[in-house]
This record gives sequence, C-alpha cells and structure tokens, in this order.
Amino acid sequence: MTTQTRHRSSIRWNRVLIYAILIIAAAFYLLPVYVLVVTGMKSFQEVSLARMWDLPSGLYFDSFAKAWFGKSSEGIRGLGENFMNSVYLAVPATLISAALGSMNGYVLAKWKFRGSNIVFPLMLFGMFIPYQSILIPLVQVLQRMHLYGSLWGLIFVHVVYGIPITTLIFRNYYAAIPNELIEASKIDGAGILGIYRHILFPISMPGFVVVMIWQFTSIWNDFLFGVIVTSRPAVQPITVALNNMAGSYIVEWNVQMAGALLAAIPTLLIYVLLGRYFMRGLLAGSLKG
Amino acid sequence: MRRITRDRIISLLLIAPSVIAIAVFVYGFIGFTGFSSFTKWDSLSPDFTLVGWRNYQKLFQIDRFLCDLRNTVTFTVLFLIGCIVIGFLLAVLLDQRIKGEGIFRGIFLFPMAISFIVTGVAWRWLLGPGTIQTGSSGVNLLFQKVGLSFLRWGWFTDPTIWHVKPESGVGMFLNQIGLGGLASPYFGISVAMISVVIAATWQMSGYTMAMYLAGLRGIPEELREAARVDGANEFQIYLHIILPLLQPITLSAVIVLGHISLKIFDLVVSMTGPGPAFATDVPAFYMWDTTFRGNNFAEGAAIATILLVMVAVLIVPYLIYTTRTEAEL
Amino acid sequence: MTRKILSIVSLFTIVALVLTACGGAAPAKTNKVEMFSWWTAGGEADGLNAMYDQYKKAYPGVEIVNATVAGGAGTNAKAVLATRLTGGDPPDSFQLHAGLEVEKYEPAKYLQPLDSIYTSEGWDKVFPKDLISLLKYQDHFWGVPVNIHRANVMWYNKKVLDDNGLKPPTTWDEFFKVGDALKTKNIVPLVIGTKEGWEAGHTFETILISTLGADGYKGLWTGKTQWTDPKVTQALETFKKIMTYANTDYSALTWDGAAQYLVDGKGAMHIMGDWTDGWFTSKNYKGYGWAPVPGTAGVFDALSDSFAAAKGAKNQANLNNWLKLAGSKAGQEAFNPKKGSICARTDCDPKLFNDYLQSAMKDWSSNAIVPSVAHGAAAVEKWSTVYKDILNTFATKGDVAAAQKALQQACVDNGVCK
Repeated sequence: MTTQTRHRSSIRWNRVLIYAILIIAAAFYLLPVYVLVVTGMKSFQEVSLARMWDLPSGLYFDSFAKAWFGKSSEGIRGLGENFMNSVYLAVPATLISAALGSMNGYVLAKWKFRGSNIVFPLMLFGMFIPYQSILIPLVQVLQRMHLYGSLWGLIFVHVVYGIPITTLIFRNYYAAIPNELIEASKIDGAGILGIYRHILFPISMPGFVVVMIWQFTSIWNDFLFGVIVTSRPAVQPITVALNNMAGSYIVEWNVQMAGALLAAIPTLLIYVLLGRYFMRGLLAGSLKG
Repeated sequence: MRRITRDRIISLLLIAPSVIAIAVFVYGFIGFTGFSSFTKWDSLSPDFTLVGWRNYQKLFQIDRFLCDLRNTVTFTVLFLIGCIVIGFLLAVLLDQRIKGEGIFRGIFLFPMAISFIVTGVAWRWLLGPGTIQTGSSGVNLLFQKVGLSFLRWGWFTDPTIWHVKPESGVGMFLNQIGLGGLASPYFGISVAMISVVIAATWQMSGYTMAMYLAGLRGIPEELREAARVDGANEFQIYLHIILPLLQPITLSAVIVLGHISLKIFDLVVSMTGPGPAFATDVPAFYMWDTTFRGNNFAEGAAIATILLVMVAVLIVPYLIYTTRTEAEL
Repeated sequence: MTRKILSIVSLFTIVALVLTACGGAAPAKTNKVEMFSWWTAGGEADGLNAMYDQYKKAYPGVEIVNATVAGGAGTNAKAVLATRLTGGDPPDSFQLHAGLEVEKYEPAKYLQPLDSIYTSEGWDKVFPKDLISLLKYQDHFWGVPVNIHRANVMWYNKKVLDDNGLKPPTTWDEFFKVGDALKTKNIVPLVIGTKEGWEAGHTFETILISTLGADGYKGLWTGKTQWTDPKVTQALETFKKIMTYANTDYSALTWDGAAQYLVDGKGAMHIMGDWTDGWFTSKNYKGYGWAPVPGTAGVFDALSDSFAAAKGAKNQANLNNWLKLAGSKAGQEAFNPKKGSICARTDCDPKLFNDYLQSAMKDWSSNAIVPSVAHGAAAVEKWSTVYKDILNTFATKGDVAAAQKALQQACVDNGVCK
C-alpha cells in the first residue's frame, strides 16, 4: 500500500513535468506555422524580417486571394489553376503505386523464389539515387515512350520511383503475417491470386493507409519531377506554380507564404484527419524493420 | 504440382513490371550516370570521350565539394540522432496516457505534410540572425524580447568549423602518426549545419515519433509487469526490454531518414543557400549547380556516383544482415 | 466498411483517370507561340505582360504560352531548358543573357541564327556598337536584346547620409571614411546579401572595374590582363576591407533582404544592379539616391536580357513576329519602364522613364561600356560559375592569395589564360 501512495504522488509530479515538456515541444513545432500565417496576412510593405513576430496590422486576406487567383496584370499565375493538376496527379499515382507495392510485397514476402532475397534489396537501393542526376536520360526515355510533357508521364514517373518505398512497407507488413494462414489456404485449394483476394487484401487496410498517406504527401509536395516532366504551365502541379510566385529578383513574401499554406492544405488535412489511421497502420506492424 | 507451377509463373508475372521498371529507370540510369562520370561531357550535347578517373580526381581537389562531403556527414549524423532521440522521447511521453494525446500527436505529425521548400522558407525566417546594428531577427529577436540576449548567435551565417587544429595537442599527435591531414577544416563539424538539422528534424521527427509510439503500444504490458515484479525500475525496463524490442524500428528509421539526408536538396536551397564559405552546401546542391549552370554533366555524374557509393557503404551491410537473419528463420 | 471505402476509392480513381485522359488529350493544332523565361513576378512579369499585350493586339489569333520557372537565380529554368532542348521539345523562344552565356546552349546545334532579322529590322543601326559586339558569337547573332541593366550602381539612403553630414563617396578611400563615421553611429555602412551565390561576384566585378579601369577589366576576360596582376590583388584587398563594413548576416539574406535594411534606415549604402530601382518603387520608398560605384564613374557595367530562338521551334512565323516585336521601339517602350531597365535601342522616348532610368539612359550613350560577368555577358557560364563560387568563399574567408590563385586557375581552365 505504501508503495502505491508513493507511486501516486510521484506520478502527479511526473505528470506535470510530462505535460510541461509536451507543451513546450508543441510550441516549438507550431512556431513556423505562426510565422507562415502571420506573414501571409500582411501587406507587402509590412513584410520584413524585423517585424516578423509582429501581428499583422489588420487581417488582410488579399495575399491569400492573390495567391489563389493570381493577378494576370502582374503575370502571377494563381495556384487555383494548378490545384486540380496536383489532384489528378496525386490520387491516381498514389493508388497505382500502392497497388503495385502491395503486389510486390506479397510476392516477395509470401512467394519467395530463388533470388527474391536479391531482388528485394536491389529494389530498395533504387530509393537512393539522387534524382537530379538522371533528369536528362529520364526526359529522353519519356520522350521515346511518348509520355513526356503530360500528366500521365508524371504519374508514371512517380509510380516507378515509388516502387521501392511502397514495396518495403508492404513486404515488411506481409512478412509479419504468419505463413500458416497462407498454407491453410493453399490446402483448401486457393491459388496465389485467390489467397491475396480472400485472405491478405481484406487485412491490408492499415498497410494501405500508411503507404497512401506517405505517397500522397511526397507526390503532392514534389517539385523536381513536376517542373521537369511537365513543361506546359497548364499541366504543371501546384508546387511549380507556388515556386513561380517568387520572382527571380523580387519576392513578395506575404503572397508566397499565403500560397505555401494554401498548397499545403490537402496534405495537412490528411495528416490531421487521418493521423489516427496512420498510427493504426503503423501499429499493425507495417513498419517494423 | 501443376497449381504450384502456375502460381509460380503468376507470381513472377506480378513482380515483373516492377523489376523491369527498376531495371530501366534505376539501374539503367545509374549505369548511364556512372558511365558519364568517366567521360568528358561538359556541353549540352553529350561528349562520351573517356577520360578515366579525371573527374573524380578534380572533384577531390575542389574546395566546395570537400566542404559538401563534410557537411553531409555532419547533417546525416545529427539529423538521424535528432529524429531518433526526439521521436523516441516524444513517443515515451505520449505513451503515458495523456489527455489530448490526439492533439499533441497531430501537432508533432503535421510538419511531415509540408514540403521541404516551405519548411526551408519558414526556418530561414526563424533562424535568420539579424545583426547587432540592424537589430536581431527571428529567434534571436525572441531571445532578446524575453531577456535571453546572450543566447543569440549567428545560426547558419556562422562560418565556424569545429575541427582539430594542427597546432593543438591532438593535431600534433595525428601528425606524428601520419594522419596530419585529419586536422583540417574538411574533417570538422560545420556549425552552420546545425540550423539545417533543426529544420529537418522539426519536419521528420513526427515520423519517428509515430513509429516508436506504435512500437511501444505493441509491446505487451505483461512483459513490463513481469519485469516490475522482478524488481526492475522504469528506467531499467526501458533499457533492457523496450529498447531492444524497438531495434527493428530504429533500423527502419535509419534507412528512410538516411536516404532523405543524403539526398537533401530542397531544404538547403530554400533555407540557407550555399552558406558562408559553403558551410551549408550539400553534394546534391553542388551537383545541380555544376550540371545545369556550369554545363559540367560529367562532373555532376561523378558527384552522383560518389553519393551512391556512400549510400551503398551504409546500406549494403544492413541489407546483408537482414537477409541473412531472415534466411536463418 | 472496407468494401464501401474500396468502391468509393475505385470510383474516384476511374473518374480521375477519365478526366486526366480527357485533359491530357492532344490539343488541336492551335496557333500559338511559346516563351520560356524566369520572369515570374513583380516588375519583370509586368514588363513581359506589357509586351504580350502588344503582341496580342498585333496578332490576335495567336495564343501565347508563357512557360516560366522561377528559382535559383535562373538555375531551375536552365535545368528545364537543358532537358527540353536535348529532349527535342524546345520552347519557341527563351530568355538569354546577351554575351558569352549563349555558349552554354551550343548555338550551332540548338539555336537559330538571327542575322537576317537584324538586317531586315535595321537593328545594327539602332543598337549601340558595344552592345552589337556583345551580341555576336561565332560571327552570328543569337538573341534579340530587350533591355539594358547597369550593374555598377551604388544606392544610398539620402536621409542617413544627410543626417550625418556625409556625401556619397566617389573613391574607396572616401568610402572607408564615410563607413567609419557611420560605424560610430551604429549604422551598417554597406548592406549586402549573398544567399543566392552571385551577389559577391557582382560586387567584386564593380571593384575590379574601379581598380583596373574599363579596358583593364575587359582584358581579364580576353587574356590581355592577367589575373595575377597586382591591381587584382588590390581589388581583392579592397573587397576584404569592404566586407568589414558590411552587415554580419549577409549569407542569410538575398539582395533584397539586405536592401530592406537600407529602406529601414539601418544601413546606408548598397551595391546592386538597377533592378533595385524597381524594387524601391514597389516598396513605396522614395528616399534613395544613386551614384556609380566608387571609382567607376564613366563606366557602364552592362548586362542585357535577350530572347533567343530555338532550332526546331514549332511556330516559326509567330516566333519571328515575337522577335521583331521584342526588338521594336514599341515593344521595348512597353517592356522597360515596367521592368525598371532601359531600352537596348537608342531611340526610346526618355519621357516614359523615371528619374533614375533617364540618368541611366544618358550614361548608356556616353560612358565606356563593359560586360558584366556575374550576369552572363563577359564570360562563358562555366567560368562565371567558378568565379562566383570563388568570390563567395572569399567574402567569408578573405584569403587573398588563395582567391587570386583560384581566379587565375579558372582563367587557365577555360582556355583564355596561359
């Protein structure tokens, strides 16, 4: 009994400490958001490093409007026009690369063949190439495949370079599933596709959630492939349009920051709303080494 | 028998598209890049005259490149340690049945949703130091406002490199054993990189936190109870039971974070640029500049190849280790 | 539950795919012309749009595709351009600095020579001789210059200097005296920002002009002046001393971040090209004065933006019309006042320009003209990239001997010095 009371009082002190640390940490994590939001609401004359902590003199949403709708008189292309491009890019690319990763993970985890222990690391290694170094051959190959300059080409590129990470996540996820499940199914007469459809796919949801959240974020936020593979401004994703809001010599910081916030809304929503499912997916063992 | 063969064929067909795609778009391009690094290609149209190791020799004499290598090592080590330690600590705290855990988790996780470019801009504003005469800005200004002025420093404008000085005791010792070359700024720690590490850790520590939290929740309570009954205190439980069980997560984090840190580009470009005397420059940035501003495609290819070799040195042992342990299972 | 999610997701995918396919379908052959630049915002975009308006008035049926990529002081755009030119999908026209920068695009292979347009439009009579010699590379013209910017301008806060009884310096010795006086008042004498990697090189080239003079400076890029010349050493020493009068956070700031200090009265002087004039205007700041960089009076350190024509351009007729417009009096008069630069032509109407630009126009016709290296005129880009890197390091490290040796080596590596 004495141990319990001692435990309880020390817990209370400990809990205060825990909350204090968490709140300080939260403040640290929210600091940049404060700067982004506050700067986005200022007028161009007000924006300067010296006054970055100051609250804006008024709630100007002009920067947000300017960032979204653009101002053709100043040649600023609004983000709104490219927003749907990013959606048309990120949604199919995420779904396709998740499906592909699931297939690959399934085969590499449950249908090992001679050499699958080599194929997997080789696939993984593909994550590490610096993409800047392969731009020229990439464009030339895409040209030959008639994929260059279109949204489909961009989707293709993201799917291909998403193979390593999606395969990694799914392979580890499926490796944690006991083989007996598969064996039992085989004895019942199911084939490779049947096992996937009836046994594995229904329990893959957590894995899919993790993969899709990760892929959607990285595809939505990608700039390099977006600017190289799609050359026409009408087809480019929102990250390119956002980058173009900075002039080569003159940057309107309030518009830029407002634009950055607008461009980040879809991914922010996903993490805030689906964070719970992300955690569940991780819990289900999808990311154990 | 027949079903097994049929399944075998289907399995190979399922994986074939990915294998082909990787073969072309990864290894084909790696081959192309590697080959280019041995050529003379320095104009828009390719020039594939072979020049042997010349590009590599030149690179290791260029000040900017040597600074890049040093900065990458600094960044990778600090970034990995930062994300893993902070992620783990936050996970432990959140595991204590906190009220509002969902809110805290959301706050720590959301930076992952933001692109590195935006992160760079925000942290440039935050850590830009200002000057004595013109007034502090960013975090320095905050320090000033709350009376902690002594904490102000140059952040990423500080060109200091901590390194062994040749005249120091350690330096002279190294000289005596023939390793005097190690006492140079190229084998030091760039203090300016710390700012970049802070920004990157801010962005990615939510990821390690989420992984560790999931891992912690996955450890059955019985294990902990059993240890407590045996007389272990909380700290010992963490050290001897929990940390070892989380080791696979740590390894996985090292891979994912490691690949981000070796290729880091967007963050540096938007946050600090190359920095004073290239204190925050990184190989990917130099590769970009030299390839597309200077037209030195062969030199850019050499940098890419060196980066890949560095990655291979880290990853290949890990891959061999995991495949071997799995083969034993 | 899973099944419902699945069906919704698949439905969405199908819809998205169909929409993408529809959106990505090859457009019917419309009449268009595609321009590629990194003028994405502010006065630059304004000026470009003004020219587009003129084009649309003259050629109403043509759609203008304005392909732009910002960032990295043009490096992002150059990367995209490289992939497009080598990938067989060139834009019709793209932004190019007049001068030796054209070398990086292998003009013989990827660009169209514009000699015939020059003759038909009579441009060899209307562009000044010094500019014409800059524009010729391997005996051909490859770009149509739309503007001229001046790099060797020193901007200053009139109030700060007046309040301290100081006059804008005309020599470096005067500069240091003014700087010392300002330092006692806790004002930064010279504000500079080097984050983009080219500003240090820009500042140094103006110092080189001050110690070597116009001809000596030009000789550095042709081999007539050796980089080991003691006047180059003197320039390096001067730059090193100047950096002690600068704001200590220079590596964190872009040039306009530093110029903000001037606007706020915390800094006094700023060496930067005359796009600064447009920036001051956009910030509603009128209290600035200008003077040539100390020691460079009578010299006009020039850079020029031009439009090049890519080989294999898909809309040749429209492209030709665009080039002619870019070089015309109407086109340049529309573009330059908005961009904050002066016309490349000598016959533009001065009344359209503000005070600074009018004085620049006068200097342009009377001064000795030298090409800027930081902005692609004086040397091929391979060389200027190395030059800028060397100066970037020097601004922090101040190692005169090492910098001079590296500068000489860069000259040798590019085949100009022995």
